[in-house]
Amino acid sequence: MSKKPVAAATDTMTDTATVQDADVWPLWEVFVRSSRGLSHLHAGSLNAPDAEMAVRNARDLYTRRNEGVSIWVVPSSAITASDPDEKDAFFESPRGKEYRHASYYTESEGVKHL
Amino acid sequence: MAHQASDTRASAMGTSVTTESDSAGQARFDELIAADQRIEPADWMPDAYRKTLIRQISQHAHSEIIGMQPEGNWITRAPSLKRKAILMAKVQDEAGHGLYLYSAAQTLGVGRDRMTEDLISGKAKYSSIFNYPTPTWADMGSIGWLVDGAAICNQVPLCRASYGPYGRAMVRICKEESFHQRQGFEILLHLSRGTAEQKAMAQESVNRWYAPALMMFGPPDADSPNSAQSMAWNIKRFSNDDLRQRFVDMIVPQAEVLGLTLPDPAIRWNEERGHYDYGDLDWDEFYEVLKGRGPANAIRLERRRQAHEDGAWVREAAAAYAARQQASVVERIAS
Ligand SMILES: [Fe+2]
Ligand SMILES: [Fe+2]
Repeated sequence: MSKKPVAAATDTMTDTATVQDADVWPLWEVFVRSSRGLSHLHAGSLNAPDAEMAVRNARDLYTRRNEGVSIWVVPSSAITASDPDEKDAFFESPRGKEYRHASYYTESEGVKHL
Repeated sequence: MAHQASDTRASAMGTSVTTESDSAGQARFDELIAADQRIEPADWMPDAYRKTLIRQISQHAHSEIIGMQPEGNWITRAPSLKRKAILMAKVQDEAGHGLYLYSAAQTLGVGRDRMTEDLISGKAKYSSIFNYPTPTWADMGSIGWLVDGAAICNQVPLCRASYGPYGRAMVRICKEESFHQRQGFEILLHLSRGTAEQKAMAQESVNRWYAPALMMFGPPDADSPNSAQSMAWNIKRFSNDDLRQRFVDMIVPQAEVLGLTLPDPAIRWNEERGHYDYGDLDWDEFYEVLKGRGPANAIRLERRRQAHEDGAWVREAAAAYAARQQASVVERIAS
């Protein structure tokens, strides 16, 4: 069973959906593609008046050292997150489903290229 | 399924009436902390934990923002184009650090505008180190070497802070800080190897910054009542005195490389402890500066307020432009 952390994009949804105090400028989530062939990953958030300014600010804030070749910005309010309180019910238990992983199949051990 | 995260926030922020979900939340929180796992924004967390984090992260952000001023002072007077470019890059990084940290604080429910308000009204605190003036170019060296150096000592363990967004902001910041310290060290090295006047300028500056840099780690452990709780919550990983000792152990040999001395006659290697001993610090001065009676408190705040007010028309214009763009999109969709 894989215990990898959830993808960065999931984490943003909970990162800023909690903002309560109102700000004059809305909040944006910033995703940066570090190089061709890779996904955009959540880098952080920022306040900006509109999408264009958000992209420009994101460039200055998150790519001062060649960290990216492409930027996405998404209004934080547009993100819908899974319910953290429902964690167990929502994310089905992997228990008893080891057969979904290659490591479950041990009889082929020693056989090459398998 | 989808939930409005603000609902969970409301309950977490609510009064301290212990409901069933609170005690379940507390149990889950304790479990995560005991396992040295991270707490994420939508998780239930004790009110005191949230408040401590809001205070610490926003103060940290304010420090980065105010910290631009003592160095920004020297951008127009940097001795060469190269040094000017380096200094601008460093000051820009500090702005970035402030913004990463404001974002981290925002995940706890505090607004950016409110934090700015609290800073310029004098309600919020920031690191007292930035209330010292920077009268000479050598101060750019001392700040990079000692102030950024102390900040790194403090910040590296914060990369493992139990609150996820704080730790992630610190990882990003720490990656950028090492250049800050090195460029400062280089400034001092060049001055120290320069003319007698240049070397004296470097020494005079180090003499002024040494003690305030050591005080950046906060009061001695015995006078730091909140530290124990912060350590229990895995926000803080080492005590103030431990970090200060680590810093002293680092800078003593570095000062030798610089060919400069540290203004503390008590510094001496202690074979038994395996650390350098150092003298007592003047904590009365520290508290004076912290209370706003330092040499540059008023100037720093006044300049920050002025910059905020001068920028008001830009913020308003940008918001008005955004609103008009939005309206014309709605119109186009409607027609
Ligand atoms: Fe910084
Ligand atoms: Fe720095």
